[in-house]
Amino acid sequence: MPEKKQEALFQQAVDGEQKVEPRDWMPEGYRKNLIRQISQHAHSEVVGMLPEGNWITRAPSLHRKTILLAKVQDEAGHGLYLYSAAETLGIGRDELIDQLLSGKAKYSSIFNYPTLTWADIGAIGWLVDGAAIINQVMLTRTSYGPYSRAMVRICKEESFHNRQGYDILMTLSKGTPEQKAMAQDALDRWWWPSLMMFGPSDKDSPHSAQSMQWKIKRQGNDELRQVFIDRTVPQAEFIGLKVPDPKLKWNEQTQHYDWGEINWEEFNQVIKGNGPCNAERMAARRKAHDDGAWVREAALAHAEKKNKRNAA
Amino acid sequence: MSTTNEKDWPLWEIFLQSKKGLDHKHVGSLHAADARMAVENARDVYTRRGEGNSIWAVRASDIHASRPEDQGEFFDPADDKVYRHPTFYPMPEGVKYI
Ligand SMILES: [Fe+2]
Ligand SMILES: [Fe+2]
Repeated sequence: MPEKKQEALFQQAVDGEQKVEPRDWMPEGYRKNLIRQISQHAHSEVVGMLPEGNWITRAPSLHRKTILLAKVQDEAGHGLYLYSAAETLGIGRDELIDQLLSGKAKYSSIFNYPTLTWADIGAIGWLVDGAAIINQVMLTRTSYGPYSRAMVRICKEESFHNRQGYDILMTLSKGTPEQKAMAQDALDRWWWPSLMMFGPSDKDSPHSAQSMQWKIKRQGNDELRQVFIDRTVPQAEFIGLKVPDPKLKWNEQTQHYDWGEINWEEFNQVIKGNGPCNAERMAARRKAHDDGAWVREAALAHAEKKNKRNAA
Repeated sequence: MSTTNEKDWPLWEIFLQSKKGLDHKHVGSLHAADARMAVENARDVYTRRGEGNSIWAVRASDIHASRPEDQGEFFDPADDKVYRHPTFYPMPEGVKYI
C-alpha cells in the first residue's frame, strides 16, 4: 500500500477514536513524536524523585517519612510504566537511559528547582503533582494504547500525591507564624514554575498542532494551564495562602481567573540547562547509574550461571 | 519488539490476576535478569496497592502474536457464521427460558 494511503487510513482510524497499538502501521513522525514525549515523561518521573528524595531522611516525623517514601516509590513506578510504554515503539531501555544521561533527552524543567524547606515538599505534591494530574488525565485519552493505559494506572495513584502535599501545607499554615511563612514562601517559589510545566503557549509550541491532529494530546497547553489555575487558587485561599500574582483576579464574565505573565525567559534558560539544579540532578542520575552497574552485571552473571546449570 | 542489548536484562511481559476467579490481565513489562526477579519486580512495580494476588511473568521474546496487517483475512472465518449467535434463531412468543 502506498505511504500516502496508509497515512490517510491511519488518520481516519485516529479520528474515529481507534487506539493505535504497537504492531499497527504508524507514520514515522508519530512514532518519533511519541518516543520523545513518553521518554521525556518517564525521565521526568525518575529525575522528579531527586528533589523529594532530598527530604526523606529529614521529614519532620516518622509518619511523614513513610508517606514521602511511598510517594517517591510511586514516582519510580511511574517512570517504569512509561519506559515500558516507550519500549513498545521499538526503542531499547538502554538507549532511553543513554539519552537521559548524555543530556540528549529532556525532562520537566520543574525538577531543576531546589527543595529548600519541608514546605517545598508540600508545594511539590500540591502544585507539581496537581499540574501533572491535569496533563495526565488528558493523556489517558491519548491515541497510543500503551501510553493511554500507563496514564490510567498513573492517574489512580496521583490523587494521593496531590493530597499529601496539600495536607503538609495546610498543617504548616495552621502552625506558628514561622511555619505559615514557610508555607507561603514555598508557594511563592513554586507557583510560577508550576504554571510553566504546561509548556509554552500553544502558538509558540513546536509540537502542539501535529500532536493534536494525531490525538497524542487532546487539549492545548493554555487550556490546561487555565484549568490548573481555576482549581488551585481557591485551594490556596482556603488555607490562607496568597498566590504570588498581583494580576490574579476572578473574571465573572469568562468564569475563569485572569492572571499575569509567565517569565518565559526563565523557562527557556532552565530548559537549556541553566536552572538552579540542572547539573546537580544529572550528576546524581549518572552516579546512581554508575553505582548500579555492578548489580546489573552480577544479576545477569548469576542468571546465566543458573541457566547453564539447568541445561546441564 | 524492542531491541535488546547483550548487557541488558531481558524484557518480561507481566500479567496480573486482581482476585481469584478472574483472568490474568496484561499490565505492562519490565526488565529482570531472571524469572524470579521478574516476579518480584512485578510485585513492586505493579501491585503497590493490592492490585493483584497472582503474577505471571513471560519473556517478551517468547510471545507470538497475530499480525495486525492480516487482521481481515485472519479473523474472517468468524464473521460469516451468524448461526453461531443465539440471536440467529427467532423464538416464538410465549416460549420461555431459552
Ligand atoms: Fe508521577
Ligand atoms: Fe506524582
